[in-house]
Amino acid sequence: MELICPAGTPAALRSAIDAGADAVYCGFNDETNARNFPGLNFSRDELRKGIAFAHGRGARILVAINTFPRASSVALWQRAVDDAVAAGADALIVADIGLMDYVAKRHPGQRLHVSVQAAAANPDAIAFYVGTFGARRVVLPRVLSVAEIAEITRETTCETEVFVFGGLCVMAEGRCSLSSYATGKSPNMQGVCSPASHVAYEDTVRGTTSRLGGFTINRFAPQEAAGYPTLCKGRFSTAHGDGYIFEDPVSLDATTLLTGLKSAGVAALKIEGRQRGRAYIESVVRHFRRALDTLEQGREADIVSLKPFTEGQATTLGAYRKTWR
Amino acid sequence: MDRLLKKQKLAGVISIIIVPGQILLRAIGSDGEMSHSSVASGSLPTIPPLLALVIRPLPLLPLQFALGGFLARILRRNPGLLDRLGQHRRARFGIKPVDLPFAFIVEATPPRLLVLRELPQGLDACVSASLANLLALVEGRVDGDALMFSRQLGIEGDMEAVLALRNAIDDARLDLAEELASLFGPLGEPVRRSFEAARDRLTGSPQEQR
Repeated sequence: MELICPAGTPAALRSAIDAGADAVYCGFNDETNARNFPGLNFSRDELRKGIAFAHGRGARILVAINTFPRASSVALWQRAVDDAVAAGADALIVADIGLMDYVAKRHPGQRLHVSVQAAAANPDAIAFYVGTFGARRVVLPRVLSVAEIAEITRETTCETEVFVFGGLCVMAEGRCSLSSYATGKSPNMQGVCSPASHVAYEDTVRGTTSRLGGFTINRFAPQEAAGYPTLCKGRFSTAHGDGYIFEDPVSLDATTLLTGLKSAGVAALKIEGRQRGRAYIESVVRHFRRALDTLEQGREADIVSLKPFTEGQATTLGAYRKTWR
Repeated sequence: MDRLLKKQKLAGVISIIIVPGQILLRAIGSDGEMSHSSVASGSLPTIPPLLALVIRPLPLLPLQFALGGFLARILRRNPGLLDRLGQHRRARFGIKPVDLPFAFIVEATPPRLLVLRELPQGLDACVSASLANLLALVEGRVDGDALMFSRQLGIEGDMEAVLALRNAIDDARLDLAEELASLFGPLGEPVRRSFEAARDRLTGSPQEQR
């Protein structure tokens, strides 16, 4: 299984490859990718240099152009595709069918991956992307159990890629409007979930209050572990009680499921976190590199706690084991 | 849903009122147990309070002069920092080492650093953490988000400026020992070794960090 690692900066790209990434995914510093945050991502020149660095070390670069083009600005997304292809990207990760059509027609030789943002969660949907646009791989949404992944992979003619570590989204990837409602900016079209321009923290003796677009979404006691300031991980009081009604602030860690994912026929494992620093990239990538190498030798992967890197200082197996059903 | 929510005991809660066409959120706050494991173990050490007390009366101007020159040199040697700061290159950042009796105001363009006893109001953004964590952050040896999750890092003000600063510094791959040594010409090597020894005592060696 390939190890696919995130990079939000050229330095992180080098760190990921040095730590053992088979491939690194990254995006341009604009709205065309789903991690459009200040100071993050790659200029055209940085991408070209990053690809040269990766290829010199036998690694590949996958370029995420995985937001949905707005009707008035399709050219921005098409230009991103053209520039990524010209830079020598090994694959494009795309969510929008219009953009996939553009890639297939304009760059028929370019390897195309279906982004997790496309939420392709069944063999029929995947077959559409493979048959219509020649997609070579699908990144499966984080809503499936290992058994379901095995079944989909069996019935699918392209490769499957799944997340093994990092942040989780609510269970309709590419379709979430929570952040859009609170801030007017869309994670799916502008690439910003909880845009920093709309986030505010306030420290008081009772703890730290986080706000998004003026809405108070959480308050953490002084020593209580925290998560990202997203509405899906806010704490609310409803008729059903008080608590996290969408998601807890935890991160996925599927280290213990690697054997099962390999048996399921998964081609690639993905680490989330293009917004994270080099220290996260190095530690998490090194951990999964070791785990995969151990697995190749026929042994179980060592369990190392990655909790210090996780939201809420807690991990979950997410939908891979649907104990909540 | 009932069972899921009842299992959670919260330190602070928010109310959500759903009415046609809009969602109103209201903080209601309460005390209770944490629903998750607490702050990650392995936190970096802090400056002993006694030492902080001893250095409190020291004049700040010599430190301001030395660090100001150091900042200007780092920015000259790492022009990519300003590129990544982008529109936030003129922001005024307050940096508060929580275990030291003084704080800094840092500006990138033009490069300027002030040392003060307390940070004033009106800064664009403020970052607070222990000196060890701040040094480790500057050198990319800890992850900023992880420090925030474990409540070892406080951030206030313009979050866009904070993110731009964090990402610019992380991409610069700064080696403070190397930057410091470059100031001292032929004497740079012993300066580097001294700084590395002091830094590693405070923050652990890079290998330990990783």
